[in-house]
Amino acid sequence: MKYLEEKILKIIMICAAVIILAVLLFIISTVFYRGLPALSLDMVTKLPGGGFYLGKEGGVLNAIVGSIYIIVGSLVISIFISVPLVLYINFYLPAKSVFSSVIRFSLDILFGIPSIVYGAFGFSLMIYLGLRASLLGGILAVGMLIMPIMMRSFDEITRLLSRDLPDALLSLGSTKYEMAKVILRQLMPGLVTAILLAIGRGVGDAATVLFTAGYTDNIPSSLNQPAATLPLSIFFQLGSPVEEVQNRAYASAIILTVIILILSFGARYFSSKFSKNKI
Amino acid sequence: MLGIAIFTILLLIIIGLSLFFKALPIMREKNLWVLLTSAQWKPFKGDFGFLPFILSTFYVSLIAIIIALPFSILTSIYLNSYASKSVKKFFEPVIDLLSGIPPIIYGVWGTLTIVPLIANKIAPKFVEFSTGYTVLAGGVVLAVMIIPLLISIMVEVFRSIPKEMIDASLSMGATKWQTVKKVILRKSISGIIAATVLALSRAFGETMAVLMVCGNITQIPHSLFDACYPLPALIANNYGEMLSMPSYESALMFSAFLLFIIVVLFNGISRFTLIQIEKRYQF
Amino acid sequence: MIITSHRLQENENITFPDTKEISPLKKLINSQSIRIENLDVYIENQHILKDVNLIIPEKKITCIIGPSGCGKSTFLKTLNRMHDETPEVKISGKIFVDDENIYDNRVNIIDTRKKMGLLAQRPCPLPMSIFDNVAYGPRIHGMKKKKTINQTVIQYLQYVGLWDEVRDRVRTSATRLSIGQQQRLCLARGLAIEPEYILGDEATSALDPLSTKKIEELFVKLKEKYTIILVTHTLRQAKRIADYIIFMYLGKIIEAGPTEEFFSNPKKQLTREYLSGSFS
Repeated sequence: MKYLEEKILKIIMICAAVIILAVLLFIISTVFYRGLPALSLDMVTKLPGGGFYLGKEGGVLNAIVGSIYIIVGSLVISIFISVPLVLYINFYLPAKSVFSSVIRFSLDILFGIPSIVYGAFGFSLMIYLGLRASLLGGILAVGMLIMPIMMRSFDEITRLLSRDLPDALLSLGSTKYEMAKVILRQLMPGLVTAILLAIGRGVGDAATVLFTAGYTDNIPSSLNQPAATLPLSIFFQLGSPVEEVQNRAYASAIILTVIILILSFGARYFSSKFSKNKI
Repeated sequence: MLGIAIFTILLLIIIGLSLFFKALPIMREKNLWVLLTSAQWKPFKGDFGFLPFILSTFYVSLIAIIIALPFSILTSIYLNSYASKSVKKFFEPVIDLLSGIPPIIYGVWGTLTIVPLIANKIAPKFVEFSTGYTVLAGGVVLAVMIIPLLISIMVEVFRSIPKEMIDASLSMGATKWQTVKKVILRKSISGIIAATVLALSRAFGETMAVLMVCGNITQIPHSLFDACYPLPALIANNYGEMLSMPSYESALMFSAFLLFIIVVLFNGISRFTLIQIEKRYQF
Repeated sequence: MIITSHRLQENENITFPDTKEISPLKKLINSQSIRIENLDVYIENQHILKDVNLIIPEKKITCIIGPSGCGKSTFLKTLNRMHDETPEVKISGKIFVDDENIYDNRVNIIDTRKKMGLLAQRPCPLPMSIFDNVAYGPRIHGMKKKKTINQTVIQYLQYVGLWDEVRDRVRTSATRLSIGQQQRLCLARGLAIEPEYILGDEATSALDPLSTKKIEELFVKLKEKYTIILVTHTLRQAKRIADYIIFMYLGKIIEAGPTEEFFSNPKKQLTREYLSGSFS
């Protein structure tokens, strides 16, 4: 009886795992199947031409470049905030300080706030500051979105680092600042993983940039101009009744998927490197 | 650095407060209770009843978690206790990949496959007509989205169970499944709850993927095959264009505030219950 | 290669026979003992146990001693097939328990484990109440009736002398017991599945002297009914409770014999060095 139960459940479990695998393959193959015919060099090298949304010539270079601008900008902001903060809670504050658990709790909540709320909040902030939908707005909103993601994953990896290393360094007479420098070098691969994860989420999110970055067919030349992004570009092209445009949406989806796949494998590579260097 | 630390905490408070103040006009204008329980949504006549949106959000998330939870628990148990090393090695990047795929891609996939499937194959068996853009479609797409999140947390939770404990059970002649059922699941119940809460709050807030497949019709959905209109989709579809109407804008901010409160409450409740569970059993 | 059985020890002057002579001995061996033939264990290509041949006498306490890393615990785990849970471990050889090779494919792992009650180094209560911990074994092996379960639990808790200490809180979490109580609980839990053998893997190393004494007394009491095999790191403990001693070094069995003889008149140079404390 119990052996039968064991066998049946094992089969069910394998089925569950296989279904999940199949769904992943299904998702990727669906996107590729529909998008591949429309994918061309023009897609990644040209701006949308006149009548692009009616099926005429052009590509989504505007969205690719816009996405890159936004993610680079928001990364700069969030790295400058996350790294010192994580070092602060892990190395300056005592191991079981109330303050650090308050910070971690608020990070958890920030992490859980839906991207649409960041978008809405960012937009109302922009109105307050007198900005309109622009590259800067997009950078700020995406920055807020990815900051807790980065902090949390970086914090988790930093916590893994044994507390002995700081003690050893302190006993050698180094100051806390010098200690942080040494440790930061140890933590580099972990930081890279955190950054790649954050980029993955930031690039793929549409709801944050929906109001804050706006949309345009051109490449923004200053922070005040609106910027297009890949997810939104996919969304708008999908909304078109013209079939060619829809197919191009799938092609854009391939571009986005490939970017994410590369980032995700990159993150995996760096984190495996990290575990090798771990003490 | 202290400044940054305080800034992080402040940011949370600022977001909460600014959403609150933006939502304040509508809350002054209408009774909070009416806002939450009325089904009348006619912004141009000044009727703002959020019930359809709240219920939609709730139903879609509920379906998603009902579908996702068994799959995730079974798969993570399999990965933890049964699978060979090579299977585990193969699965880890797969889970990573799934969690990395952007919502919009899930949305695209949902419109291409799930929606027609429901419209042509599933719905006709139960109801006369359905466009496929339904509560069910939203739930399925959302389930696929939160499964990787659930699995990656649960695998971590199961891994943290001391090996001695599992060995103790096995050495008494328990089968693997008996060990899973009576020791592993019992020991990790708080972790599973935490993972579920996290996945639920993700589900509540998910915008684009759900928006693309759930139909966006303002109504209280009565069956799986009715269209629905969750809160995030409401914000995404209307915000930015409705600034000319202050009360409409305030109403949309109210829904953002609702989402914010739900997330904060969920985090708080899950922390609290986790502490309580651990206190009571100290396992 | 050394082989030992309680029959052999009766004749004090006998030299330990070579491995090849194991088959003629078969007739002498009592059916209830454990007999190990040509056991080799590899973990990730490391040769952990090297050609172990042994007979473990019935209803006695046999202590396995040796420096850490000599394969004592690995050996113990081969007896209840716990190595089956780690794919890196390769095992060859035969272990006969009640005249049945437990590494035969036809033999059910679960039944083997049920026969072998294992007491781990650190007490590891399952995440449930004291009562459920003891009831765990009977329940997974199909005991359903509440009354019988109740009786069994009380019986074994009394047997290990824990009942009087915990009788008003058997429904509370087992983790709140002191570590010595936990170990006795684990013993009761192991006994409740009605094993024939008790394996102890340094079962007292985490305990204070008083709890150690209680556990040791229990072992001595238990050997009336069970065959007990203990891995221990303290020579004094082996001296106190063991009937037979097996000395292992670097995965090999160096010497084995009755306790008194082993300590008073060790036959091998290596054993003498170990006993005198020149290495550990």
